[in-house]
Amino acid sequence: MNFDFSDDQKLLKEQVRKFLADKCPTKVVRRVLDGNEAFADEVWKGLVELGVPATGIPEAYGGLGLSPLELCVVAEEIGRAAAPVPFDSSVVLATEALKLAGSEAQKKKWLPELAAGKAIGTLAVAEGAQPPRPRNIRTMFGGGKLNGKKVPVIDGDAATFAIVLANTGGQGDRAVSLVLVDLAQSSVKKRRVETIDPARKHAELSFDGASAELLGAEGEGWRLLERLYDAAAVYFAFAQVGGAEAAMWMARDYALQRQAFGRAIGSYQAIKHKLADCYVKLELARSNAYYGAMMLTDGGADLPLAAAAARIAATEAYDFAAKENIQTHGGIGFTWEADTQFHYRRARVMALSLGGPMAWKDKLVTRLEQKNAA
Amino acid sequence: MDFNDTPEEAAFRKEVRAWLDANATRKSDDKQSFRARNDDPNLLKKAKEWQAKKAAAGYARLTWPKEFGGRGASPILQVIYQQEEANYLVPLGFFDIGLGMCIPTMMAYASPEHLKRYVKPALHGEEIWCQLFSEPAAGSDVAGIRTRAERDGDGWVINGQKVWTSGAHYSDYGIIITRTDPSVPKHQGLTMFFLSMKTPGVEVRPIKQMSGGANFNEVFFTNVRIPDSQRLGKVGEGWKAALTTLMNERLAVGLPSGGLDVDELMELARDTDLEDGPAIKNQQVRGRIADWYVQQQGLKLTRYRTLTALSKGQTPGPESSIIKIVAAPKMQDMGAFAMELMGPAGVMKEEVPHAGGFQAQWIGGAGFRIAGGTDEILRNIVAERVLGLPADIRVDKDVPFNKLGKM
Repeated sequence: MNFDFSDDQKLLKEQVRKFLADKCPTKVVRRVLDGNEAFADEVWKGLVELGVPATGIPEAYGGLGLSPLELCVVAEEIGRAAAPVPFDSSVVLATEALKLAGSEAQKKKWLPELAAGKAIGTLAVAEGAQPPRPRNIRTMFGGGKLNGKKVPVIDGDAATFAIVLANTGGQGDRAVSLVLVDLAQSSVKKRRVETIDPARKHAELSFDGASAELLGAEGEGWRLLERLYDAAAVYFAFAQVGGAEAAMWMARDYALQRQAFGRAIGSYQAIKHKLADCYVKLELARSNAYYGAMMLTDGGADLPLAAAAARIAATEAYDFAAKENIQTHGGIGFTWEADTQFHYRRARVMALSLGGPMAWKDKLVTRLEQKNAA
Repeated sequence: MDFNDTPEEAAFRKEVRAWLDANATRKSDDKQSFRARNDDPNLLKKAKEWQAKKAAAGYARLTWPKEFGGRGASPILQVIYQQEEANYLVPLGFFDIGLGMCIPTMMAYASPEHLKRYVKPALHGEEIWCQLFSEPAAGSDVAGIRTRAERDGDGWVINGQKVWTSGAHYSDYGIIITRTDPSVPKHQGLTMFFLSMKTPGVEVRPIKQMSGGANFNEVFFTNVRIPDSQRLGKVGEGWKAALTTLMNERLAVGLPSGGLDVDELMELARDTDLEDGPAIKNQQVRGRIADWYVQQQGLKLTRYRTLTALSKGQTPGPESSIIKIVAAPKMQDMGAFAMELMGPAGVMKEEVPHAGGFQAQWIGGAGFRIAGGTDEILRNIVAERVLGLPADIRVDKDVPFNKLGKM
């Protein structure tokens, strides 16, 4: 039985943790939240120097060629710090999409840029109010040109390229394809949109005949997106676990210090049991996330189920810890000055960006039915 | 990451399998169980025979030192043996409390002569031990026990009552915690002993549970005389000895019960017709199934993390403290939900496939949430030991026991 990370992986985790504790304390999250900058540039540069964006990129494309396990431990630390950097967008979604579906030429062009932190990628799927489905994607791609609007796109204004889900005219799920578009063209307009988490900036991207190219085969967009989301769900789960743990300890520290009715509020069972429940959900999430990481690493057949379970458990753990952290703080936890808001906001952004728990539960049971039928 | 054995573990697993193949029948499927009822006298006889066989082959307590019939092995080998044994139709469960808790407490406190006398028969299934801790007025607050032990010449006289004593009705010996000094605060006035359950004045009355079974008992003590040589630890240090017992309880790594789970719930949901088609297509049903699958997997994988630490010779982290907090309500809630899927027939013990199994979970879950630490006490433990939150204010901490309730 070897269901744990190696000593080297734990060392890497510790290294990233120390870096973020030093360079990305909560006041940096607050600066981005309150300000106009797209992300915390100095933190991102430091992470690039540490090799974070290069972690999962093969050496042939200028990366470090490490396994998904290394990226998982990094993700946990990014989540713990609620770091305002394009990790989920660029390091996870765009990089994994290129690795999954990119042609040799596309990989050669973009992966070394991503590894060196010269390019920032993102994934553009949603088009406003409706949860995206193949039948309601209106952005069109044909003849090398992309037309339409994507919103919200995480890091949309900072990104140098985007991977866009677009209609290419097929039937049913085959109506959509993934399309790679360089955002440095005059036919691309970026408009920042306000969201619940200003520490992670989102934008609307408008394409007016922008030059673009297929990423993966035509009509394969939905299938590729599902596979991309399975991998992303595991990395996101680690980030959520990190965030949930940070929120839990924040609540615990406050509960030790805050006095009410003559004693620390952390001595009351109403608080103790709530925080114990945070721990229970956190450990269920951590265990499910580990299995997701294991399946991701081995190309395991159980990845679709493991990823869904990791996603559901981690989303619940993070949402719960984030909201009960505010509750434990009482009134002060609801102020703009309090650090509690960072995790509350981030937990919801992470819960919705790959589709919410309801959709993943449905997916999980479908996959369970398929597994049982096999 | 992998779930594989180390070469040493794999070799041991192979050895165990070969021995089990030669000595027991393999289950035809993993839900099959040897046990019908705990109080079947033939079952006990068979269990004793199996325990004797196991002990003779050196598999009964692998972690114990060789002098006590063990192999001085790492806990992971004990787990591997149990994993393999779970695949065979053998009667288990009668010796867990004795070998898991009572005898380890004896090893910490009993004289060499007593150990020579009692350890081997317990290991070989000839004598069964029970743990006499809980009382009618002392459940979660076990240090509040009232059973008295009073000096009488070179011995002691015990009067009082214990309750929820698992297996007392077939046990030969027990370890008992008593109050020897009511004039000091509650933790300080306790003393531990062991005694024969056949000692005059000991009376065992089985308790019929809500589930219909009768696995535990009330035990009454009326002027029960025992020699001072049966004392475990110093007079007034019974709480320390009790913690030794309870620590050993926590070292036992829980294994899956093999009861009904998500697979059977899905089967039921496939076969159940709701207004808009099979229940398995209903989003509410799917949501619940997904939640329980995530818990089921989470529990199994959390256990794997603990086993990983054992396999590497490390002390496991606190993660296993979540297991019963999750497993017990899951058992109760999933049972109730499955019964709801069956409609009005969910109350019947026949007709509907798995009905009895899910009803048993719904009933049993109510007990499981209490036994061996309530949901609430377990949350206190997580909050205090894992998160470092303060213990509850104890108004009785510095008050002499015989002044309690009179403040």
